[in-house]
Amino acid sequence: MTLKTEPFVLNIGPAHPSTHGVCRLKARLDGEVITDLECVFGYLHRGIEKLAEERTYTGIIPLTDRLDYLAAMSNNLAYCLSVEKLAGITVPERAHYLRVIMAELQRIASHLIAVGAFLNDCGAFMTPILYMLREREKILDLFEMASGQRLTYNYMRIGGVSQDVPEEFLPALTKFVDEMPAHIDEYDRLLAENEILLARAKGVGILPAELAVNISAGGPVLRASGVRWDIRKADPYTIYDRFQFDIPTGTVGDCYDRYRVRVLEMRQSIRILKQALEQIPAGPSRSAVPQLVRPPAGEAYARIEAPKGELGFYLVSDTSIAPYRCHIRAPSLINLTALRDMIVGWKIADAIIIFGSIDICMGEVDR
Amino acid sequence: MTQTLSGKDIAAKLETQFPGSILESSEAGILVNSQTLVKLAAYLKTASGFELDYLNYVTAVDYYDYFELVYLFTSLKHNHSLVVKTRCYGRENLTVPSLVSLYRGADYQEREINDLLGIKFEGHPNLRPIFLWEGFEGHPLRKDFLA
Amino acid sequence: MTLLNPVFQLESSWKALPPDWPGGFFWHWLVFTVIILAFVLSVVMAFIWLERRGLGRIQARLGPNRVGPFGLLQPVADAVKVLLKEDIVPFDADKIVHWLAPVVAFTPVMMMFAVIPFQNGALLADLNIGILYFVAISSISTVGIFMAGWGSSNKYSLLSAMRDVASVVSYEIPVVLATAGVVLLAGSLSLNQIVLAQNIPFILLQPLGFLLFFIGACAEINRAPFDLLEADSELTAGFHTEYSGMKFALFYLVEYAEALAVSAIIATLFLGGWRGPFLPPWLWFLIKIFAVFFVIFWIRGTVPRVRIDQLMALAWKFLLPLALLNLLITAIEVLIWPGTLPWLLIFVNIAIMIVLVLLWSRFFKLGWGKVEV
Repeated sequence: MTLKTEPFVLNIGPAHPSTHGVCRLKARLDGEVITDLECVFGYLHRGIEKLAEERTYTGIIPLTDRLDYLAAMSNNLAYCLSVEKLAGITVPERAHYLRVIMAELQRIASHLIAVGAFLNDCGAFMTPILYMLREREKILDLFEMASGQRLTYNYMRIGGVSQDVPEEFLPALTKFVDEMPAHIDEYDRLLAENEILLARAKGVGILPAELAVNISAGGPVLRASGVRWDIRKADPYTIYDRFQFDIPTGTVGDCYDRYRVRVLEMRQSIRILKQALEQIPAGPSRSAVPQLVRPPAGEAYARIEAPKGELGFYLVSDTSIAPYRCHIRAPSLINLTALRDMIVGWKIADAIIIFGSIDICMGEVDR
Repeated sequence: MTQTLSGKDIAAKLETQFPGSILESSEAGILVNSQTLVKLAAYLKTASGFELDYLNYVTAVDYYDYFELVYLFTSLKHNHSLVVKTRCYGRENLTVPSLVSLYRGADYQEREINDLLGIKFEGHPNLRPIFLWEGFEGHPLRKDFLA
Repeated sequence: MTLLNPVFQLESSWKALPPDWPGGFFWHWLVFTVIILAFVLSVVMAFIWLERRGLGRIQARLGPNRVGPFGLLQPVADAVKVLLKEDIVPFDADKIVHWLAPVVAFTPVMMMFAVIPFQNGALLADLNIGILYFVAISSISTVGIFMAGWGSSNKYSLLSAMRDVASVVSYEIPVVLATAGVVLLAGSLSLNQIVLAQNIPFILLQPLGFLLFFIGACAEINRAPFDLLEADSELTAGFHTEYSGMKFALFYLVEYAEALAVSAIIATLFLGGWRGPFLPPWLWFLIKIFAVFFVIFWIRGTVPRVRIDQLMALAWKFLLPLALLNLLITAIEVLIWPGTLPWLLIFVNIAIMIVLVLLWSRFFKLGWGKVEV
């Protein structure tokens, strides 16, 4: 005689402490095991692509801040690179270095939150995330020195950056870069070999390498599955070909590998920052670009290695002051494609962890 | 650097295998007939020398008379990329074959294009609105949709 | 001096009632009830404050420091806030069960303190089945939690309540077996006797038992790393999601009062209860309780939490065999070496503990992972 059981549907989200924004996971459960999962989003859809068609090229930059609001500098950078490719604008040397510095600082800040939130989902009740937020506060202080803002910086401009950094920025950055490796070692001491973390995250939510390539995953998700693909090395933008750094990759593609890849990427970012600090020249921080940019007719796609993956802007211009079409290739949306494959067969607790380890930002998914 | 494959070379190479499928070609990319899109993509994904196994993005642009779909394929192994475009004419009942069977990454992006621009993808397993709520009339990203 | 003080040697000085209380039993009961209530409520408030400030310092931040000097009045502020909140009952909830659940959860926790000795002979009832009473009563509050989960008509609450029942039932056995080791050494189930028998604190003579009891007790009171019942990041507060106002206050109180009870029991069974030089015995008792609680919330602030199947696997595959082995070894020691030098036994036991724990963790796999769907 078999036991009659009923699978039940549990809604995880949209307002949930751990869905990293407003995302609804409709899970069909059999006891505690998830047998089916559907991801429903659109709760944060603001129509940025449509709004972009009515704003000037410079006026879109604040809109891009709000895409992945945890990594605003990267969004600005990708957009400005796309417009510069479309219009053929060159950028002065100092601006290149400032952009790289801001992008790498932003990568560290974004990964700090990603790792902290992942551990918070694992249940380490706020301690790791608060330690990491302590370091992120230093990065946000640096950003505030440069742009006046802590979250949505609006710092990059077409042709460079909006203003040069004040005098105290570079010494403060040097101090940060000298102190940060000790903090990352502290995190490793506490977390890397933690039995409970290993038990929760090793072997959980595996994304095999061919599936990762097939779903066009990017960033740490792709690299943790073992695929060595980093746009900073494969298709260098701005001046990344002048720096030496490694690309950490994982082996299995489970949650633990994604966490490790992010921590190792933070170390590599510090390496890039040190080299940028040595090489940064004096000079103008912005090239002369008209107030209203009118790129010639055509289209361009420029992409960067954002903390979450490949972030690209596809712009079509018809010589007016606003783009004809602005499409945002959002890494978080595409990384979510295989969520069902990763979660089915695991339990609710694992579903939360796997979702957290992909590190998405709903502002980018929904745009 | 990721090398952008020249559309003219590609057109020359593929002319024999897929006659009539490539309508236009330029340095930037190729424009293909939407009926042969899937066969061409399947060939480009596995053919040696191409091996374009990574789909960067799928997007669509509304040009009033027609909608143009833009695909960017990259090969992780050879580090080259190719832009493929296809068009569907008219404003109503637009259909394009779906690439989900080859590249699962096209899943959400095609749903987005369907939701916001109204282009149907045949062969897509789950073509439901992704961003807009049920009961939303119209397709916002179209040029004739005034907010 | 013999290690073990068999019961019959001491019976003459111990009776169930202190004979010199005027009015006898009734006054004894009344005074101790008042003492226990005051003790529990005030020490729970102290625990709440200690945990919030302590966790804050562990997490590189200050804890609450606005309400009163050093935030000392924070628990009072919490209590007042919780009393003033509106009592919301979900529409579909089973009203009687929903109302009764906090009561059923809270009452056993208060009853547990009846057998805990504050001083030599100073306990509400010196039952000669002391520890058994404790174990039995502590399981009843699980029924209350399950009632809360069911009566809330909320899937999250039900899931969390079922997790709770599974985990408490699983962890009872290693906990009871660990106490059985202590009982063998002391020769009595009565908690006062157990304290009196601890010329050397049993933590040294029963290190494995202490470890098992500590882990099992943390799991029973649903504290990290086993707090997956109220896992904020998974089930948004678990079985007390739908509770507000005073009923929520009772659940909150249950959590801390159980932590207090467990700390008191650990102090009594393993750390020597109220025994200690120079200071008055009840002060020693308080110091030991606070020390155990410090370790409990220190662990909470440090490690992530386990998953439910890993929790069950830990109980059944790791703790239970070790508890059985511990009992076996203790029984052999009591039988064969009643007069041995205690230091030799300490070394032997610590060595056995290290060997067993290391050996078991090599063979033990935590959780079974992915299920084929």
